[in-house]
Amino acid sequence: MARYGMVIDTKKCVGCMDCVVACKTENNVPEGHNRDWIVTVVNGKFPSVNLEIQSQRCNHCDNTPCVACCPTGASHIHEVGNVVLVEHNMCIGCKACLAACPYDARFINPEGYADKCTFCIHRVEKGELPACVSVCPTHCMYFGDLDDPNSEVSKLISSRKNHQLIPEAGTSPRIFYLT
Amino acid sequence: MQELTTTRHNPQIDPFTHVWGWEIPVYLFLGGLVAGMMIISGYFLFSKRYKENNCACYTLPIISLILLSLGMFSLFLDLEHKLFVWRLYTTFKIASPMSWGAWILILVYPIIITNLLMGPPAYIVNRFPQLNKITTYINTRPRLIQNIGIGNMLLGGMLGVYTGVLLSTMGSRPLWNTSILWVLFLVSGLSTAAAFVHMIAKNISERELLAKADNGFLIIELFVIVLMLVGLATSSQVQIQAVQLLVGGPYTAPFWVFVVGMGIIIPLIIQLLAVNHKIKHTPIAPIMVIVGGLILRFVIVAAGQFSHYINAHFH
Ligand code: SF4
Ligand code: SF4
Repeated sequence: MARYGMVIDTKKCVGCMDCVVACKTENNVPEGHNRDWIVTVVNGKFPSVNLEIQSQRCNHCDNTPCVACCPTGASHIHEVGNVVLVEHNMCIGCKACLAACPYDARFINPEGYADKCTFCIHRVEKGELPACVSVCPTHCMYFGDLDDPNSEVSKLISSRKNHQLIPEAGTSPRIFYLT
Repeated sequence: MQELTTTRHNPQIDPFTHVWGWEIPVYLFLGGLVAGMMIISGYFLFSKRYKENNCACYTLPIISLILLSLGMFSLFLDLEHKLFVWRLYTTFKIASPMSWGAWILILVYPIIITNLLMGPPAYIVNRFPQLNKITTYINTRPRLIQNIGIGNMLLGGMLGVYTGVLLSTMGSRPLWNTSILWVLFLVSGLSTAAAFVHMIAKNISERELLAKADNGFLIIELFVIVLMLVGLATSSQVQIQAVQLLVGGPYTAPFWVFVVGMGIIIPLIIQLLAVNHKIKHTPIAPIMVIVGGLILRFVIVAAGQFSHYINAHFH
């Protein structure tokens, strides 16, 4: 069984927000809400500063506090690629999962259910790439199976310097940032 | 130095998490209070105090039922997808404290009702005279009464523990992620309940007993708070930053003034004087304890949501 993940090359990303717009369009994300977003991290002190641009979203973690705390089973791990999803009409909107995510990747859809990135599973199941990955003009995002040692993502992780976000929170996030 | 700028501004999430407003603290407070009342009433049944007919164990069940229902209503108000609330009861999720809680609440009702049936209020009996049979059945069986007492203490304990576990299992929120939180919420539930019963008790020896018990609970609560703060302050970097929210940070004043000062120390002094017959019993101290317990839930729920891995990186 596949275990989908993403690799994002921060050396290529220019923070153009195409991924953000693509996601909003593809998934009809309501106004004022975001399933993905851009974070710029500035390290150091002028003049020796280093800038890293990260396209962030739900990390589709291996250890999912958001799924564990869900009282209804609405938050679940999808059989395709272990993608973390929310079944809208099972969600009561208790917001436990919002509080449980160390990345604050979730929000409440104005219709009342917990919402977040789905890795565009509806596209992936048809053999397409997630919308954000497919539109990136600098081709800085890669999507694939982390369990397959020959996949592009696995090769990039093993060959290039990379980091995850807040690994100390213990969720084993599946998005890797190349630096 | 590290500086982060984000383009995300999701409601309730940015600039810092605030998914739970007043409803959850009120729910946790009422849950704790009812848990404490169940334990006290259960203890009265178990220790045969129920034989005195003005025993609080006859008035507590109906108050517990009302407060518990208010608490559940408060939780219901917090849900964003209210029409789907029944989904809580189509499944049981072993890893989810929220699911545990939903089921514990369902078990709590019948056990309080059996306590209630030992001496239901006249306005209920008048409407349903058949209840008299059940009342007589229970009251002629002292063993059964003791078991009802044990049941109330047990489920009260579970309810009280659960109100803390709900928060403490959230690894994402460093302030909550301390295993002592359930002790704090349980003891606080007991102290607010003892204060409440102390206030309404008609039986003088009961009032004395509860004032003394409350003093004990308040002293334990102080210890637990100190242990919690020390525990956090000697833990990981994010937890050290989380504890600073209460010690020097934005939640310091409400925590020390309202929770510790006016909710524990001052009423403790008043009640110590009262049990030593230096001053008369007044409702002032119990009211302070109850309000302090409510503010404790507010501060912990709000500060806990604020405490964060990412925020910790920003400071
Ligand atoms: S990033 Fe948050 S919402 Fe996504 S799987 Fe991890 S814990 Fe759950
Ligand atoms: S908000 Fe919905 S998905 Fe999240 S924990 Fe509650 S029921 Fe589950």
